[in-house]
Amino acid sequence: MFRRLFPWVIALAVLSGCGSGGPAATTASASPAGGAKELTVFAAASLTGTFTELGKTFEAAHPGTTVKFNFGSSATLAQQIVQGAPADVFAAASPATMKTVTDGALATAPATFVRNKLQIGVPADNPAKVDDLKDLADPKVKVALCAEQVPCGAAAVKALAAAGLKVTPVTLEQDVKATLTKVELGEVDAALVYKTDVIASAGKVTGIPFPEADKAINDYPIATLTKAPAGDLAKQFVDLVLSQQGKDVLTKAGFEAP
Amino acid sequence: MSSSTRERAGRLPWMLVVPAVAGLVFLVLPLAGLLIRAPWSTLGPRLAEPHVLEALRLSVVCASVATLICLVLGVPLAWLLARVSFPGRRLVRALVTVPLVLPPVVGGVALLLVLGRRGIVGQWLESAFGITLPFTTAGVVIAEAFVAMPFLVISVEGALRGADQRFEEAAATLGASRWVVFRRVTLPMIMPGVVAGAVLCWARALGEFGATITFAGNFPGTTRTMPLAVYLALETEPEAAIVLSLVLLAVSVIILASLRDRWVNSP
Repeated sequence: MFRRLFPWVIALAVLSGCGSGGPAATTASASPAGGAKELTVFAAASLTGTFTELGKTFEAAHPGTTVKFNFGSSATLAQQIVQGAPADVFAAASPATMKTVTDGALATAPATFVRNKLQIGVPADNPAKVDDLKDLADPKVKVALCAEQVPCGAAAVKALAAAGLKVTPVTLEQDVKATLTKVELGEVDAALVYKTDVIASAGKVTGIPFPEADKAINDYPIATLTKAPAGDLAKQFVDLVLSQQGKDVLTKAGFEAP
Repeated sequence: MSSSTRERAGRLPWMLVVPAVAGLVFLVLPLAGLLIRAPWSTLGPRLAEPHVLEALRLSVVCASVATLICLVLGVPLAWLLARVSFPGRRLVRALVTVPLVLPPVVGGVALLLVLGRRGIVGQWLESAFGITLPFTTAGVVIAEAFVAMPFLVISVEGALRGADQRFEEAAATLGASRWVVFRRVTLPMIMPGVVAGAVLCWARALGEFGATITFAGNFPGTTRTMPLAVYLALETEPEAAIVLSLVLLAVSVIILASLRDRWVNSP
């Protein structure tokens, strides 16, 4: 009797395996004592371009060191750190997500290194003719927002509240890059994304600044983690981000100085 | 598994028993972890929260509609693969199984490129009928059907190959058309395979995550199914994610139990 059930038990076990998704925190750091050193940086999705560049600068200045990045929504990264993911540095897109990590005494004294502002991102041909924030409240305009749980979504809620607008999005995306992709593909008419993301996908996405964005500016904190496997290297990377050189890279990408 | 069979077969080889037990622990332990960490004291109110019920209802409805679509399209497809020989049949069979091995996210991207607003078929759908599929409940159903249909096709085809074709031949020699043979002889014969395939297909659709979040987006009430709700809850409220996972686990167990009662205990 067991024989006929067995294949289905196996099949279901396989199924439930591929059914679950999402990035897992599997980035491991090599021990700092070894010859080749590794630094693992968990950074907000909106920092993808700038931090990759700074990582290369860091590797050039520290021969033999590799910098590994885990980019994602700050909320996801914070949870991964709390669950014990081996990270050295955490750069978040909001103080609230950083607080998750400092509350667990996993990081100390975060420093604000940049600020970021929202813009309306529209596809290059702007099919819905969006030109200010109130156009997003039009039910005919398809809007993508970040989920409220992640920093860009929290900022969007704040900005829309400041404008007194009620926007019903068609989707609430998991991080700002996913939201931006929906604009790039032309699946939505508009999205609220960071100014820096608009600049990063110049040509495919057009940015429209709006005054209420000033009421929802995100501070980006960075901190070394108390259990950082790479030790001093983590501190040196944070120093690079806070240095003039780091500031130049970040402001060129559209971030504002704190 | 009685002691008499064990005596007859001699001692159990430890080379098989040790990895077998390790495998069992590996599979069962995470589920046990879910049960241990579950916030049992607040389980009731958490389950009754409107957004949980909403996600559950949406999941069940979408998975059921997707299964229905898979049955309507998949059973004939399985019949075609098992009973009709045509050039390129092996290639077609291979193509049918592609969504089975394809990462669901890739499936979602592919669906977006074809059925999205600017997709090959999607832009025509929009201009001709005003239909857009991404970010709609219909989009969820399509994503789930795309990922789950191969499971149904494979199990129905297997049942067809296992069925004794002499009954069909006998019906045909008595003057029945191929359609009548299929309806009156083949289908009743392979019914257990169809039901098992449909249950498997439904379970796969219920757990679908990657293609759904990519193609249909994530919005409460229209596209946020249980797996998406679990993923989002994990961001801020791990306990809520555990509760939602428990619901999915319970549903899976119920499916397994129902399969057993119907298809295993009966001769």
